Amino acid sequence: MFETLGERLNKALDGVRGSGNLTEDQVKKVTKEIRLALLEADVNFRVVKEFVANVRERATGAEVSKALSPGQQVVKIVNEELADLMGGTAHKLSYAKSGPTVVMLAGLNGHGKTTAAGKLALFTRKQGKNPYMIACDTYRPAAIEQLKQIGKELGVPVYEEGTDAKPEEIAERGIKAARDGGYDFVIVDTAGRQVVDLEMMDEIKRVREAARPHSVMLVLDVVTGQNAVEVAEAFREYADYDGIILTKLDGDARGGAALSVVKVTERPIRFASEGEKMSEFDYFYPDRMAGRILGMGDVLTLIEKA
Amino acid sequence: KRSRESVVGQLNAAVAEFRDADDEEFWERVEEVLIASDVGVPTTAKLVGQLEQEALERNLTSGKELRELLIEKATGMLEGPVELDISHEPTVILMVGVNGTGKTTTIGKLARFLPVERVMFAAGDTFRAAAIEQLQTWGERTGTPVIARQRGADSAAVAHEAVEAARQSGTEVLLIDTAGRLHTKSNLMAELEKVRRVIGRQLPGAPHEVLLSIDATTGQNGLRQAKMFKDTAGVTGVVLTKLDGTAKGGIALAIRNEVDLPIKLISVGEKVEDLHPFDARQFAEALFGDL
Ligand SMILES: Nc1nc2c(ncn2[C@@H]2O[C@H](COP(=O)(O)OP(=O)(O)OP(=O)(O)O)[C@@H](O)[C@H]2O)c(=O)[nH]1
Ligand SMILES: Nc1nc2c(ncn2[C@@H]2O[C@H](COP(=O)(O)OP(=O)(O)OP(=O)(O)O)[C@@H](O)[C@H]2O)c(=O)[nH]1
Ligand SMILES: [Mg+2]
Ligand SMILES: [Mg+2]
Repeated sequence: MFETLGERLNKALDGVRGSGNLTEDQVKKVTKEIRLALLEADVNFRVVKEFVANVRERATGAEVSKALSPGQQVVKIVNEELADLMGGTAHKLSYAKSGPTVVMLAGLNGHGKTTAAGKLALFTRKQGKNPYMIACDTYRPAAIEQLKQIGKELGVPVYEEGTDAKPEEIAERGIKAARDGGYDFVIVDTAGRQVVDLEMMDEIKRVREAARPHSVMLVLDVVTGQNAVEVAEAFREYADYDGIILTKLDGDARGGAALSVVKVTERPIRFASEGEKMSEFDYFYPDRMAGRILGMGDVLTLIEKA
Repeated sequence: KRSRESVVGQLNAAVAEFRDADDEEFWERVEEVLIASDVGVPTTAKLVGQLEQEALERNLTSGKELRELLIEKATGMLEGPVELDISHEPTVILMVGVNGTGKTTTIGKLARFLPVERVMFAAGDTFRAAAIEQLQTWGERTGTPVIARQRGADSAAVAHEAVEAARQSGTEVLLIDTAGRLHTKSNLMAELEKVRRVIGRQLPGAPHEVLLSIDATTGQNGLRQAKMFKDTAGVTGVVLTKLDGTAKGGIALAIRNEVDLPIKLISVGEKVEDLHPFDARQFAEALFGDL
């Protein structure tokens, strides 16, 4: 059921070995397999189309080095293109020059916002910041209690006004409280929502306008499928995020959605969340993602050495 | 809505372009529509293959006929038993799945959905922050008693206590919540087996249903989730959640085709009334719908 790309390439190119230039036929066979691998990794089908066309163009007639088989040569090209698309280097956090840095989190239901709020708080504290969290999810049962328990575990204060106040007002008053309390990093947790729910989408816009955050992060579950592009575009319109936190990377999802979203929205993935423990959080390193999407870390190390 | 429109729009265009069954470009576009709904490559290939062959055999020439055939084929693939077996005294239902897919919410809604009077919840997620309070809120909302211990308690012990309480109180259906866990984490999957074992010893035949929640936005990883949870937790049916969003949940088709688990329920929102029995035909129509 789950054949790796490496295995499939070997099959496709059975018997084809040696140097020279890649023939059109060889490239065709290999790109077909790569197209399949990308689709199985949940890369958006439109992105796949464009991507494969690029690869085909680059690979046709390309010179095959002695160290690599024609299949590996194409994979090398694919890998380079993928890494390029993902944005090259890690995007580090920048802090406000004066006053607290405010970061707002937004995303679909259950993708990991509240957990990421706690993780980000711990992460910034390790960088010498004094974090503060604001509970703006007034909908999900016990959402405030969840953030409070996380805050208690970390020793990070949580501002809340229960479930009756308006999220945008909670955000505004919370930020003032943070400023008055001398906190210099503020994280605004918001409710999960679906992009077709325009009332809720308008709400996230209002929260953003009230909080005037230095940064907005879209929190996205790495298992997300073809739908990711549409979700990312809608959130860009309403929440105007500048970066993405990719969650649940501790599983075995290939995460092609991440690639599609970066390609379409031109927003970088900034953080990787990989576990339920608060410490399992780091900057995102784009180069590590290409091998994961292709499902062939082993093959890639081999190719990188060549 | 927008995505549905765009996919439907594409298929519409494809159908309008349909001239005869061996129009290759046409089939490629049908394929694209399926892929864009997360149906996945193998299941798409199978469906398109069947469709193509039958279209040729039956000499179909209109887009309308073809669309009907597509819905028919998908319906056939999706159909399966949707009833929950609640004939036991008490019936025990265990809710499982990866993190954040909608387990606790589904349990809350089931209290209203099931055609019984006396329901009980067990707060088997003793791990996640405020998971217990979340279930308790659903208990208050639906007037359902909740068996819970403190955070960090042994999940199997909570389940054991709840089965006992359900027996004593004449509860008809006991719904046990569990912590979200990725199917790749063997220690956590083993914990689930322990919960099963404990209640099975206590009440032979229990759990009578093991429901797996799958988020409709899930891509191809949903197949792995379904396969692993089926193998280690004895899943009896799938609940497809968050269908009120833009995702069409095509992964359900792949799960039906490749893992052979029935889809039993769909969830379309966060409110208590947003749970419905799965209807294969309706689902297929929504996938390739109002063409
Ligand atoms: N394995 C794993 N689980 C995670 C990760 N991030 C979050 N989770 C879990 O995913 C589930 C949902 O996380 P939350 O933080 O509650 O998600 P949310 O986006 O705030 O959810 P809503 O507020 O309901 O929309 C919880 O069970 C978390 O413990 C991760 O990186 N890995
Ligand atoms: N829009 C929408 N949201 C849903 C649906 N089902 C659940 N949710 C939301 O999804 C989020 C996660 O739901 P939970 O029921 O907490 O999921 P869970 O599987 O119990 O999560 P963990 O216990 O953390 O693994 C919450 O914000 C729910 O309100 C649905 O059908 N539609
Ligand atoms: Mg939350
Ligand atoms: Mg839960």
